[in-house]
Amino acid sequence: MKILVSVKRAIDYNVRIQVAPDGSGVVKNGVKHSMNPFDEIAVEQAIRWKEDGTASEVVAVAIGDDAVAEQLRTALAFGCDRAIHVKTDDEIQPLTAARVFKALAERESPDLFLMGKQAIDDDANQTGQMTAAKLNWPQATFASKIELADGTAEVTREIDTGLETLSVDLPAVVTVDLRLNEPRYLKLPNIMKAKKKPIEALVFDELEVAAATPIETVTTKAPPKRAGGIMVETVDELVAKLKEKSLI
Amino acid sequence: MSHKILVIADHHDGQLLDATGRAVTCAADIGGDIDVLVLAHDGQAIADAAATLAGVSGVHLIDNAANEHPMAAVLAPQIVAFADNGGYSHVLGPNTTFGKDLMPRVAALADVAMVTDVMAVHGPYEFDRPIYAGNAITTVRAPEAQTLVASVRCASYGAAEKTGSASVAAATVEAELPSHTRFVGLEQAESDRPDLQTAPKVISGGRGVGSEENFRIVYDFADKIGAAVGASRAAVDAGYVPNDMQVGQTGKIISPELYMCFGISGAIQHLAGIKDAGTIVAINKDPEAPIFELADIGLVGDLFEIIPALDAAVS
Ligand SMILES: Cc1cc2nc3c(=O)[nH]c(=O)nc-3n(C[C@H](O)[C@H](O)[C@H](O)COP(=O)(O)OP(=O)(O)OC[C@H]3O[C@@H](n4cnc5c(N)ncnc54)[C@H](O)[C@@H]3O)c2cc1C
Ligand SMILES: Nc1ncnc2c1ncn2[C@@H]1O[C@H](COP(=O)(O)O)[C@@H](O)[C@H]1O
Repeated sequence: MKILVSVKRAIDYNVRIQVAPDGSGVVKNGVKHSMNPFDEIAVEQAIRWKEDGTASEVVAVAIGDDAVAEQLRTALAFGCDRAIHVKTDDEIQPLTAARVFKALAERESPDLFLMGKQAIDDDANQTGQMTAAKLNWPQATFASKIELADGTAEVTREIDTGLETLSVDLPAVVTVDLRLNEPRYLKLPNIMKAKKKPIEALVFDELEVAAATPIETVTTKAPPKRAGGIMVETVDELVAKLKEKSLI
Repeated sequence: MSHKILVIADHHDGQLLDATGRAVTCAADIGGDIDVLVLAHDGQAIADAAATLAGVSGVHLIDNAANEHPMAAVLAPQIVAFADNGGYSHVLGPNTTFGKDLMPRVAALADVAMVTDVMAVHGPYEFDRPIYAGNAITTVRAPEAQTLVASVRCASYGAAEKTGSASVAAATVEAELPSHTRFVGLEQAESDRPDLQTAPKVISGGRGVGSEENFRIVYDFADKIGAAVGASRAAVDAGYVPNDMQVGQTGKIISPELYMCFGISGAIQHLAGIKDAGTIVAINKDPEAPIFELADIGLVGDLFEIIPALDAAVS
């Protein structure tokens, strides 16, 4: 089985986000970036299947500027066989990303396309579903368990009402949630080995993919601050405050 | 120009969900004619409930056995065909897991971009939405020449009043429904407690609660004051509670009047889920816990002493 897995570079989830005072966006320069945490889980899953013989080849794919190569190297250090980097300096929104991923899926013919359920920068939660739609493939989003069988996958999904299980024919797009697995720590030898693995660079403009009409960003601001809180010393004081506000 | 807005109904077990009413409220802010589309099997009662939502002009019901379980790959082609025929300018869904799964598929089939998590409307094509787990709010403008597909951040809107009396009509569409996706089962956490997403009071526990058994005291106190129960990711991951109780960036985003959390440190991903709560109360034994920066009322102490004391005090 062949697996494609998408890898997005995003500001590290531990970083405290600063909004630029001029409203142009969030401050990215000099800020630590990492692989989107959901994508790490997707990569981990693909590599576990490679290790147990279920997957024969795992290919990491990313769209973005030169810096994205760093996250593709990380994916290779996890154990991906090779990587494809679609290069562009433009901001790529989900519909355009989905068009690119469709083109890559058609070129690579994977059995499974694994993606993160959402990128923690734009929090869009769109690209997997859009890619599946464009390919006319099944989708199973928010996966917390994936069982592969011959030509199908049984996917348990974390939804508002509990855990739903779907069976989908392969090829399919599956987007992963946090509880699917815990990604491993990378070991130095694997990081060294990754340096020798191939990253194929494709220029966005050379793919026959048109960028979608984008959604424009007018301005970005910090969220409204909550009014300052108070500390109480005792349970009685707390209960009095809550009663004052008619909350209990 | 007048707009024609289609709201996709979210429902479960034959009941219309409150999230649908919230999406209708957002649609009213956009302005225009509002219709609700119900895709269901035996969905008459759901459609009738949607017809009572104030501001809705018409409810359309596509009743089909294939729609018994909401699978995006099956629903999306029907929605696109229906919206096309009806000349809708906007198609909205709630940002529940139903809407999150479905709406991007609708948008991509229609080949239009999508706006996730609308939290404020500035104009028919201009919205605020949160990014970076709500640590920044961006105002976006979507192209006017195409259908606007969006999901509505339910925590930002109250549900439309149930004072309406819209017409209900059966609808059919020509759409090819795929057979590549099959429903296998749903494991539901049974609970008689109020619904986490709509309850006015929520009590949450985190890793500090320590175990599944210990969570009992959180449930008991919640029951005493009629609150729903939530949890941090750490509590879910540790198996103390089921996944549908997770509050936060990747769990549920809620806006209760009262949010009380015990043994939760206050990671940004958790805070993303509670920023719209009316009053946030934090109980943590660590005075340096970041949750105290956001809380309206903080109390430093051991939750195993404080919950029983609270319980006694409100008796
Ligand atoms: C991409 C991503 C998405 C995430 N999404 C979410 C999400 O949606 N929701 C979410 O919650 N998290 C999410 N997280 C995880 C988040 O970063 C934190 O790890 C998590 O919220 C921590 O949970 P916690 O506060 O219960 O545990 P901890 O951070 O371990 O805090 C436990 C707290 O309990 C206190 N405590 C311990 N014992 C007691 C006692 N006896 N009495 C009182 N206090 C006590 C401690 O002082 C401590 O502050 C996400 C992380 C990532 C990377
Ligand atoms: N530019 C990109 N490069 C690689 N993967 C991406 C890119 N954009 C989106 N993705 C994938 O799509 C998922 C969902 O992203 P989003 O729809 O932006 O929330 C991410 O977790 C990634 O796996």
